[in-house]
Amino acid sequence: MAYMHIGKDFTPPDVPGKVTGRIKYAEDYTREGMVYARLLTSPIPHARVVDIDAAEALAMEGVLGMLTADDVYPDGEPQSTGLKMLTNEPTLVGEPILAVAAVDEKTAETAISRISVTFERLPFVLDPLDSLQPSGADAYNGGNTFVFRQGFAVEKWSADQVASFRAGNEPTAEPQQTVAYGDLEAAFGESSYVYEGTFTNAGYPHHSMEPRSALAYWEDGKLYLHGGSQSLTAFADGIAGVIGVPKEDLVFVNAATGGGFGQRARAGSIPIYGVPAKLSQKINRPVMMRITREEEFTIGGARQGLTGWLKVGFKPDGVMAACDLWMVSDNGGKGGGADAYSAADCVSVLYQADAVRFRGTAIGTNTAHRGAQRGPGQNQIAPIISPILDAAADELGISRFDIRKINTPMTGDVGGPQRTPFTSAYMPEALELAAEQFGWEERQSRRRQTNGSKVIGLGIGQGYHNAGRSGMDGIVMMSPDGRLKVHNGVGNLGTYSYASTSRAAAEVLKMPWERVDIITGRTDLHLPITSPQDGSNSIFTNTRTFYGAAQDMLAKMKEIAAIDLGGAADDYDISNERVHQIANESIGMTFGQVASRAIELGGKYTGSADLPEELAEWTQISVSRLAGTGFMGVFHDSVHEGNPPGFTVSCVEIELDKETGKYEILDLINVAESGTIMHPKGMENQLVGGAVWGIGLSGYERHLYDPQNGMPASTGYWQSKVPTYLDTPVKIQTGWVDLPDPENPVGARGVGEPAQGSVSAALTAAITDALDGHIFGASPITADMIINHIAGTSENSVPLAQNNFRG
Amino acid sequence: MNPQLTRRRFIKGVIASGAAATTTGAWYSATGQDRPSGFVERLIRLNVNGQTRSVDVEPQETLASTLRYKLGLTGTKLGCNRGECGACTVLVDDTPTYACSVLTHSMKKGRIETVEGLESANGDLHPVQQAFVEELSPQCGYCTPGQVMSAVGLLRANPNPTREEARLAMAGNICRCGSYDSYLDGVMRATELIG
Repeated sequence: MAYMHIGKDFTPPDVPGKVTGRIKYAEDYTREGMVYARLLTSPIPHARVVDIDAAEALAMEGVLGMLTADDVYPDGEPQSTGLKMLTNEPTLVGEPILAVAAVDEKTAETAISRISVTFERLPFVLDPLDSLQPSGADAYNGGNTFVFRQGFAVEKWSADQVASFRAGNEPTAEPQQTVAYGDLEAAFGESSYVYEGTFTNAGYPHHSMEPRSALAYWEDGKLYLHGGSQSLTAFADGIAGVIGVPKEDLVFVNAATGGGFGQRARAGSIPIYGVPAKLSQKINRPVMMRITREEEFTIGGARQGLTGWLKVGFKPDGVMAACDLWMVSDNGGKGGGADAYSAADCVSVLYQADAVRFRGTAIGTNTAHRGAQRGPGQNQIAPIISPILDAAADELGISRFDIRKINTPMTGDVGGPQRTPFTSAYMPEALELAAEQFGWEERQSRRRQTNGSKVIGLGIGQGYHNAGRSGMDGIVMMSPDGRLKVHNGVGNLGTYSYASTSRAAAEVLKMPWERVDIITGRTDLHLPITSPQDGSNSIFTNTRTFYGAAQDMLAKMKEIAAIDLGGAADDYDISNERVHQIANESIGMTFGQVASRAIELGGKYTGSADLPEELAEWTQISVSRLAGTGFMGVFHDSVHEGNPPGFTVSCVEIELDKETGKYEILDLINVAESGTIMHPKGMENQLVGGAVWGIGLSGYERHLYDPQNGMPASTGYWQSKVPTYLDTPVKIQTGWVDLPDPENPVGARGVGEPAQGSVSAALTAAITDALDGHIFGASPITADMIINHIAGTSENSVPLAQNNFRG
Repeated sequence: MNPQLTRRRFIKGVIASGAAATTTGAWYSATGQDRPSGFVERLIRLNVNGQTRSVDVEPQETLASTLRYKLGLTGTKLGCNRGECGACTVLVDDTPTYACSVLTHSMKKGRIETVEGLESANGDLHPVQQAFVEELSPQCGYCTPGQVMSAVGLLRANPNPTREEARLAMAGNICRCGSYDSYLDGVMRATELIG
């Protein structure tokens, strides 16, 4: 289909501000009378605050006030594992206990040094399997696990059960959760190749470039909060509840966000923004809370660690017959997630196994807060499963490419334990495209070629994440100047989807892009609710809403033209910013004239009547404030059918040095299958960015904790190493299938998350290939691990342990 | 940059002052709000973006703090404030320099350039900025000013780098979004714009 905007490159309006430094992040703002908050954080991994003596600190000149958990939660802290604004029951080092506001940061810091906090030390634990031991410490005050809607609980295995799992055997304990479909026993019975083994996925920090600093002040009863989030209105909607301010009295200012990869999507992940808000309310001054890199490590969140056992069976023809997964999730000291379940879902989707069983248990440790992080679960399992497919292919005499084609999902298939049908799935096309562009077949002769101590490895991998939601709202406005204003609540975290989704509205109204304004960046510009911008959903979800809002405006344009110019609405069409009769294009009105007339007519044309019944409360507030100010199109999206998948395929060639354990990525391609491509440059960015994350997942990023004191040892960029220019290829190739999805009006789906998983799958497969098929069962695979394997020496770590040098 | 002030010497100096003795003290040291008794504050003059700027500088104040909080040049970002990420990169006498890791007092003779000083008087973007726009190099944008400054420093020293040379020159700037490939596309495009 020939589009005016869809599939075309453009410059999102915030890009010049990013290259000039003009665009403002939260900490770039100042406010007259602004004072500074500093945090006192827990120095020990598990404790209870017995007493706080702040008399000396509060008597200091320049100290304006203090906020504690008792102020924030006068009725007691929520009894859940979620992050708290402040706490008297810290379960990890660095958890905020209290905050002090002062005229400058030195004074605030000095005041904190004069506060005496008496802690009751409590036992701590860093590894979920240690906690499962009969005498193992519990990370939380009420146990070592949290059962949804039931509360804290204690989960213990026998010492033999833990030891057996660490020795590589299938866990025999009762899991907290079991999900299954198909006849597992029969499927394994049909298998001629069965792989069985244990694995670890290390947790690792989010480490956004911009720390979670925030500025808050109150004016005329309204709270103005400057912060960074992935999801502008969805985040604001949630943080209002966290802070306890009515939605209509919150103005969230967030023009740009310095990185968000899951843990900046929802308000529950950043309750710390409530600290400056509540301090400001208490002392009646604007409060800036600057967050250091070390503090960002603690409050910024991290990926769950997974410790697992799996058994995978393949039929003689290469079909994956069965996959049995058992995973213990490391939920850290706060939060948690469904990574383990998502991992099983991903295997079901990507390889269409006849029978799948997932068993899982989630256990807390006194380590960093865990939660969503780019492809939670789907991406951890990708580097574990890919080498197993290769082993099966080699064993069954099938090519590594063909075994993926044999098991590929496609349109008409279902996936996951719920057996949900795909809205569409063009994975076969993606596999072919990646292989062709990379020259996969031609490169096979290079496999395991050696040059001195160096050896070539090749890998191919696939990635998946559900990539679309529905049920959100859209608003577009037009003023008498005829300019289209897209009120967009999608956050600006660097994907430019706030701009790409706006182009769906421009497409409907055939508006030149230079005549379109995107209204965003702060919520007092009256923006509709959107889905949280996570889980690769923004493109699918919000093209639906803005397309719908523009369709509403288009229908109203035709009605107005019919009212003024005669005939029926169906007699009219639009072109060149005019609505005109189809039969005689000279009879018509400019968009500006239509907008003027709409304002005269009022009612439904200006958002004053006949609104969609299911608009969210947030949207209703925005619409009520816009009503009567211009020509409005407004839309509530219905629920879509099926699972809109985001898929990627990657191929990697590496040269691994057996003397150093290091490898260089010689070539890498990352290919997307995410429906219609909205914005090629933006798609490229997602694919290269995901590739870098995949490289980090496979080779570098992990939590390290001091087992003696529970201190985090990976608070910076170099301890949990984020890949740099030198860890990534000189050039990353990209490509995409670009076929439309029928459940989206412009055919688009998202892709951010799988772009990481496929690269990690391919890179780990390439490492395995270079080492003659040795399966580590781990992410990351570090140089030390490679050297140990080559030398035949054992790794100096406890088997299957998390938060140490292996897991 | 003052060759006598290596990063190691700077860090040792900060630790000796006691300002970085605690985790939470790291920010305190960087903002330079510590005032040892008997020390006389000095109003110094800095050459920033071609202008002489008089500024009251504390003894342990880093250049990043001075630029951001005293001169209002917030384009220079603080990602880690400890010499790891490069978000605070500025040019000092054409050399890319981590502004979080040099003391402002050591910069009195230096010619400091920040991202705000790159545009021409008529508002035209610097070729590196223009190229980064054309190639959509930034994602979240927080590291972008530092990436821009490293690229400008590279192209002044080597107007026609290979992609590999650009990769090496930019290696001190982390991008958590992983936009390295797009930044390198931008650097190579900038070489074309500069001609």
